[in-house]
Amino acid sequence: MDEPSVRRALARMARELVERNGGTEGLVLMGVHRRGDDLAHLLRAEIERAEGQTIPVGTLDITLYRDDLAVIGPRPIVGDTSLPPDGLDDRTVVLVDDVLFTGRTVRAALNELMDWGRPARILLCVLADRGGRELPVQPDVVGRSIDVLEDQQVEVLVPELDGRLGIDLVRSWPEGA
Amino acid sequence: MNRTVPPLGKDLLGLEPLSADQILSVLDTAEPFKEISERRIKKVPVLRGKTIVNLFFEPSTRTRVSFEFAEKRLSADTLNVSSMGSSVVKGETLVDTARNLEAMKIDMVVIRHGASGAARFLAERIPSNVINAGDGWHEHPTQGLLDLLTIRDRLGTIEGLKLCIAGDVLHSRVARSNIYGALRLGAEVAVCGPPTLLPVGVEELGVTVFERIEEAIAWCDVLNVLRLQLERMEGGYVPSLREYNRVWGVSSARLEAAERDILILHPGPMNRGVEIDSDVADGPHSVILNQVTNGIAVRMAVLYLLAGGKPETAEAAKLGGET
Repeated sequence: MDEPSVRRALARMARELVERNGGTEGLVLMGVHRRGDDLAHLLRAEIERAEGQTIPVGTLDITLYRDDLAVIGPRPIVGDTSLPPDGLDDRTVVLVDDVLFTGRTVRAALNELMDWGRPARILLCVLADRGGRELPVQPDVVGRSIDVLEDQQVEVLVPELDGRLGIDLVRSWPEGA
Repeated sequence: MNRTVPPLGKDLLGLEPLSADQILSVLDTAEPFKEISERRIKKVPVLRGKTIVNLFFEPSTRTRVSFEFAEKRLSADTLNVSSMGSSVVKGETLVDTARNLEAMKIDMVVIRHGASGAARFLAERIPSNVINAGDGWHEHPTQGLLDLLTIRDRLGTIEGLKLCIAGDVLHSRVARSNIYGALRLGAEVAVCGPPTLLPVGVEELGVTVFERIEEAIAWCDVLNVLRLQLERMEGGYVPSLREYNRVWGVSSARLEAAERDILILHPGPMNRGVEIDSDVADGPHSVILNQVTNGIAVRMAVLYLLAGGKPETAEAAKLGGET
């Protein structure tokens, strides 16, 4: 998926989010570290362009909420978590991530959000849904659903980290997975 | 996909064996942990289900409380054992105490002990992760790390800085951890204190020795003022507290003579009016309370990093049986 189609998808996702929320009132975007964070900022820009309103954005790092910390050896780097200044209480919080796969990241993110406050509602917004869920988690707003083989990996590229916007399908080798 | 941190191994016994990368990775990991203590719910589930024993054979308030906060904010279950009121006073050896705790299925031990090398002794005999919270005159690695973090917070880097450790260097584990850590990160390090309170041959560690506090102040960017343990006076190391203050005390008059800002650290507890004057301790260049705040973040980082650490050899993994 090339840059223009990702941009079109993001514009549509932004519209869907505003529509679901019935406007921009109380809407907060929380990007999951690291690529979800960039996508949250892109979505905010889209919403701002369409609605003329700037909505708050925060970052969520779910490392400390992972369910596999007990079994993995080397410690993952812990990223930053930052909340919009007015917090999450009674807001419609949109959890933004790049790829939805097993659903475990979303589970961790939901637990972390609950520790941060009491949102009125949480929506899940992902750019790519590749199936393969291991937990009962469903997205509310999706950029593109992609059918992939088990040994394939969906990679979302964002300008901040990868220099361009796009979705790539790559073969993942066992040792590099 | 997951970016990982260079492993620390099973235990944290001192800063001497650590590489610059390992030290920096602890400091970098401490950064996101600072924010957790600012949250409304100051807790993350990362060490949920882990049992940590704080084994304190020497009195300590700050370090023990700091470790306990760090452990609790990471959701570990903690247990404090102090020598007073424990079977230690009944004559039990260190290794027996530890083995008994081990038999109760624990995951980590934080140990403070009066004997240098006690933490290593324990680490070699039990499979749990061991963190040295101060052993005799040897090292106090988490203090060294929190000092480095506090300095880096203020001055941006450690490399190239001039750090002077002033006071009772001889009896100070904080001094040793500071020296090893700061040298490893590329700082220049000096010590300054009465000759009776400087270790013989301290230059061999790669530090400069200043004989007068005025010279040290004229040289350094950061001054880490050590506590003068009051019992040293009875030991004949210094003639009197008043004289110590007059000759070695860090006063604002002495700092003003340097005509530039010097960052002031103190590991606590302070003897105001002995090694440090109140106006310096409470002054604008003092980061003594920042050290306390950073202590929790650094200890959280160490606990997080060690919890994934495995013994380096299969032999070590089987420990716990023989000694």
